[in-house]
Amino acid sequence: MNKRLINILVPLISIVLGLIIGAIVMAASGFNPIDGYAALWNGIFMDSYTLGETVRQITPYVFSGLAVAFAFRTGLFNIGVEGQLIMGWLAAAYVGQAFELPAIIHLPLALIAAAVAGALWAFIPGLLKAKLQVHEVIVTIMLNYTALHVANALIDVISGGGERTEKIHATASLRSEFFQSITDYSRLHWGFVLALIAVMVMWFILEKTTRGYELKAVGFNKHASQYAGMNVSKNIILAMVISGAFAGLGGAMEALGTFENMTKLHASTGIGFDGIAVALLGANQPFGVLLGAILFGSLKYGGLNMPSEAGVPTEIVSIVIALIIFFVASGYVIRLALERLSKRKEVK
Amino acid sequence: MEYVIEMLGIRKQFGDFVANDNITLQLKKGEIHALLGENGAGKSTLMNVLFGLYQPEAGTIKVHGKEVKITDPNVANKLGIGMVHQHFMLVENFTVTENIILGAEPTKMATINIKDASKKVQELSEKYGLNVDANAKIEDISVGMQQRVEILKTLYRGADILIFDEPTASLTPQEITELIQIMKRLIEEGKSIILITHKLKEIMDVSDRVTVIRKGKGIGTVITAETNPNQLAELMVGRQVVFKTEKKEAQPKDVVLQIDKLVVADNRGIDKVKGLNLSVRAGEIVGIAGIDGNGQSELIEAITGLRKVKEGKITLNGQDITGLKTRKITESGLGHIPQDRHKHGLVLDFPIGHNIALQTYYQAPISKNGVINYKKVSEIARKIIEEYDVRTGHGESSIARSLSGGNQQKAIIGREINRNPDLLIAALPTRGLDVGAIEFIHKRLIEQRDKGKAVLLISFELDEVMNVSDRIAVIYDGSIIDTVFPNETNEQELGLLMAGQSLQENGNKVGGENE
Repeated sequence: MNKRLINILVPLISIVLGLIIGAIVMAASGFNPIDGYAALWNGIFMDSYTLGETVRQITPYVFSGLAVAFAFRTGLFNIGVEGQLIMGWLAAAYVGQAFELPAIIHLPLALIAAAVAGALWAFIPGLLKAKLQVHEVIVTIMLNYTALHVANALIDVISGGGERTEKIHATASLRSEFFQSITDYSRLHWGFVLALIAVMVMWFILEKTTRGYELKAVGFNKHASQYAGMNVSKNIILAMVISGAFAGLGGAMEALGTFENMTKLHASTGIGFDGIAVALLGANQPFGVLLGAILFGSLKYGGLNMPSEAGVPTEIVSIVIALIIFFVASGYVIRLALERLSKRKEVK
Repeated sequence: MEYVIEMLGIRKQFGDFVANDNITLQLKKGEIHALLGENGAGKSTLMNVLFGLYQPEAGTIKVHGKEVKITDPNVANKLGIGMVHQHFMLVENFTVTENIILGAEPTKMATINIKDASKKVQELSEKYGLNVDANAKIEDISVGMQQRVEILKTLYRGADILIFDEPTASLTPQEITELIQIMKRLIEEGKSIILITHKLKEIMDVSDRVTVIRKGKGIGTVITAETNPNQLAELMVGRQVVFKTEKKEAQPKDVVLQIDKLVVADNRGIDKVKGLNLSVRAGEIVGIAGIDGNGQSELIEAITGLRKVKEGKITLNGQDITGLKTRKITESGLGHIPQDRHKHGLVLDFPIGHNIALQTYYQAPISKNGVINYKKVSEIARKIIEEYDVRTGHGESSIARSLSGGNQQKAIIGREINRNPDLLIAALPTRGLDVGAIEFIHKRLIEQRDKGKAVLLISFELDEVMNVSDRIAVIYDGSIIDTVFPNETNEQELGLLMAGQSLQENGNKVGGENE
């Protein structure tokens, strides 16, 4: 079997296997798997509205996936994407509602505010790691909780004791009448274009720039980087900050596109944590992250349709979706099996 | 003649790559049998086959004349085969006895019977003259002593065939002499030894016979007494090898590196370099001889800006570089072949091409407006790969990790020399490499000198220091205790100096510092 064929077969077989095992789980729990998957399909592709909503759901996953992947590629494990995303969300929502400016200034300003907020929130673990060798995993986990409660407290202040911030001005919104008209008034917004640009930006930084070379070198081997005269501390902080900026922009998608405000959160959004899975699905490659986010976002959104249309409870839906993702992520095992199989054939 | 081990026609293949091709090795009872070959020739593979870690595709193994199948290391242990690994497998904060019994703990009523074990270890140590304290902690004993613990470990398990894998790689000259004594003692007590090495001198000193392998093929077995180092090297490399590197008289010119009263502390804050003075001129190679741990690492790190200078002054080309950042020092004309090529020399997960740009990636012509021209990087890399004969699987896009040690080192040397530095620091540049690569590297160092560059060589190998240097500075306890010329000294004298004895008593010249 040649390599190219294996490369195409692996993801296909993974998805099919995931679907089969998911079907078994559904059947064993007394639900019709065909109805279930039909509902999942319809939940993703049924009409222009669902399609628009699916794309909308994918958008923040692209950003959180890029944030995690960028950190991984530069030798850091940023579990704090969740917190950075919340801070970005809040910053964008605040700038969106607090200022009255022309759109050409207002929207970019709100986006920049989100990126800066995420970056600042990531700067803290970066600084602690670079200067005091505190492990970024611990700090970022703790900062997720901190971000949640700080954001809630600030929403309280901004809204004067309310549950949510005011709706952002239209000048800061990512929504577009054009997209709404072609998708039957879904919440599809310009964010997916920004997500595609972000994919390109990450690729460009890592693969083309001097800075990207340095960030990767420091991530792979601190000692050799030091020997080569690179500033290790600065690069660790910068890697965290760039990762945080991607996360913050993910928050802006919610603030300026999906919800156009920010409501107090009772728990994590999950987008940041799911970003870890998205990054791993995409093998930490920018274009891989895009594909991972498409799979993840589609299943997440399509799954919402399963309880109502096929009567499959949300718990089972979560298990089925997790199984599909699990099999895609364990593509390595399938690759190994395929290679063994083809080897055995050769021997015969 | 009785053979204790016979490996006949062994073939071991990994995919398409044949690591061992029809190799035969026969070990007589009571002999020291050297296994000689370049890095990557297949020595370790062959020994791993014997030790049960690999299964051969063809060939037979006989122990005491009986054909055996060694399926795993436990089988090898039972057959009385013990391996003294190159990288010691010891638990640092355990005692000698605890390490030795690890995995085969003798128990007494469900508790470890450490007392009897320690007595047995002590007895074994005395019997073979190993001089090891059974109750000492590993972290408190020297490297040479740790190796003897490894030897004890195999003896404790009843081994009578010992495999030594590159045993002298990390030892001082004195420790090597002691090890040779121990090996001879083991033979007297009826053991047989296979010695894996690529150091010809040791083979000549200690072995009875030598089996040579080259590129996975058995070249033959010769009797040590009937051969000489030149012949062995030729068998190993497949061509004539020059040992005494040919070089012209040095033509030292202006001082390039000047170090005055340098004091440098280690990570724990203890002074390791204590008021050291040294100078290196253009067109000369200064060798620093000394036992590991006398301040060499701290000295290099201070010169290269990787470690803070506590006191003193370092000038390079007349410019004060004390306390400057590494990059500034590199830019002012320093090349550095680091002592640990994996830790400092390379980003192992980068392609070798990217590694070649490690210090120049941000400069023209590679970088322009913050964007790297990877085509240019490949171009430079290809040139260095060709010029320095770096053997790679996929050219400049091969991942650095996949290259053999010698080729990694050649790439680093190519990178450093290609930047055309005025001062080249070569720290243990040939550690772990075979004669072919060593010869190549020495030639390159001398070439730099002949081009009028200054070279500072740090080495634990006396041969290397004597052979390559124009001037030898002996470092002891953080300062240069004497400077000698290679043609006016010998190994004994250097050995004494390295042990901290000044030559005053012998009526030789004394100098706390050079110049």
